[in-house]
Amino acid sequence: METFLNVTLDLLNGFGTTVKLFGLTLLFALPLGLIFSFCSMSKFKPVSALMKVFIWIIRGTPLMLQLIVVFYGPGLAGAWAEDLLAVTDNALIQWIATWNGLDRFPAVLVAFVINYACYFSEIYRGGIESIPKGQYEAGQVLGMTKTQIFFKIVLLQVIKRIIPPMSNEIITLVKDTSLARIIAVYEIIWSAQVYIKSAGLIWPLFYTAAFYLIFNGVLTVLFRKIEKKLDYFKG
Amino acid sequence: MSVLEVSNIKKSFGKVEVLRDISFSLEKGEVLSIIGSSGSGKTTLLRCLNFLEYADEGTITVNGKLLYDGSDKKSKRMKEAEIRTKRLHFGIVFQNFNLFPQYNVLKNIMLAPTLLKHGDEKAIEENAKKLIERVGLADKINNYPCELSGGQQQRVAIARALALNPDILCFDEPTSALDPELTGEVLKVIRSLKTGDSTMIVVTHEMGFAREVSDKIIFMADGVIEEFGTPEEIFGNPKSEKMKAFLSRSLENI
Ligand SMILES: Nc1ncnc2c1ncn2[C@@H]1O[C@H](COP(=O)(O)OP(=O)(O)OP(=O)(O)O)[C@@H](O)[C@H]1O
Ligand SMILES: [Mg+2]
Repeated sequence: METFLNVTLDLLNGFGTTVKLFGLTLLFALPLGLIFSFCSMSKFKPVSALMKVFIWIIRGTPLMLQLIVVFYGPGLAGAWAEDLLAVTDNALIQWIATWNGLDRFPAVLVAFVINYACYFSEIYRGGIESIPKGQYEAGQVLGMTKTQIFFKIVLLQVIKRIIPPMSNEIITLVKDTSLARIIAVYEIIWSAQVYIKSAGLIWPLFYTAAFYLIFNGVLTVLFRKIEKKLDYFKG
Repeated sequence: MSVLEVSNIKKSFGKVEVLRDISFSLEKGEVLSIIGSSGSGKTTLLRCLNFLEYADEGTITVNGKLLYDGSDKKSKRMKEAEIRTKRLHFGIVFQNFNLFPQYNVLKNIMLAPTLLKHGDEKAIEENAKKLIERVGLADKINNYPCELSGGQQQRVAIARALALNPDILCFDEPTSALDPELTGEVLKVIRSLKTGDSTMIVVTHEMGFAREVSDKIIFMADGVIEEFGTPEEIFGNPKSEKMKAFLSRSLENI
């Protein structure tokens, strides 16, 4: 009984990090994704092309790899920069050589935010492009500005359309947070694994499933509620 | 002075010449119907008037004020704010209504006047309610578009366009997306606007309606005005072969 309590407390501790990573990722990735989607829909070709290549790279490679690049990349670049300092005293090179990179948690957060912003941006883009041209034109002929058309006419319709794919993606994010342990961020899976090594206990690892399930259950209910709230209109 | 003067409008999409030298004028309170077969450029003409497209050449003058000149490079690169004020001289009712689904009837009509700050909230609401009554939807004021029939949605769209007091109200086949039994109620509303002194341009395939409501009729074919005249002239004494063929075809359809 005592071990169960201890395990629960330990797992809760790790789960705190999980939730923190989840919440902060959403907080930054949701708006960043919108910016990315505008870039990828930009009429200015270099911007949209660059954005599309970037999204292709991020979506085309494992998140685990991206975590490693963000965490170890600056150190590696620093070592190269130091070598380069022998032949140049460029200020940027100097700065790279002395920069120590990010701490573990910020590094994970940066990788997650960029990764999820790319996924979100594609969902936003799909949603925005699915709104009939007639909605924009109706706004235009009524003398509205582009900003008014987006925020007063298009946005809510987009939100309604993207809630199902977004809820999928967000539930995936909850589970993806477990990747943070790759660079030794103490999230819930890591805190369970400690018991394998220290006490030969495997069940704490299974026990983590309960935490994920409850959290995702709450999210599912929440999304269902939002969907219901927007049920009053079609389109 | 004419409310609207359109001269020598030309418009191409790539190599396709859709409008080839369109000119006409319209007096205050007049109703102009534009008829013609599919692809003759009727929609494109209305879109040029509402600045949803820009004519390559030609001028658009409203109440004696030159709004657009295709030969003037500046006209084509008008600032967004300038286009916005200019297009307010026109209103347009689309074939498929394009109501805003997330707003109820009242809000659909109030949205633009509110955003454009056409008076205080109270006055805007009062005017909107009057317009809703005028199109016969007083009992639907709080309903959402998805709860309305096509005919009712189109009447809301008409009220929404009227709320900004355009000088000229354009209709692009306002009844084409409707079940036949619903066209009557929409046509009735448009007819009632005529007595209300609105200047209107109606693109329509409803020959009976065009004949009855119009002061002038334009028959378009392949991007030119093939025939122009009063309903009596157009229907009673069509001159061109194209017009005759078109009329016999549309009579067959009825
Ligand atoms: N944005 C566009 N790009 C290319 N071609 C276009 C565009 N809009 C219209 N067209 C072409 O212009 C021609 C005229 O189209 P328009 O819609 O003005 O005809 P219409 O008289 O309104 O026909 P309908 O009675 O079917 O509505 C058609 O051949 C159409 O394919
Ligand atoms: Mg058309």
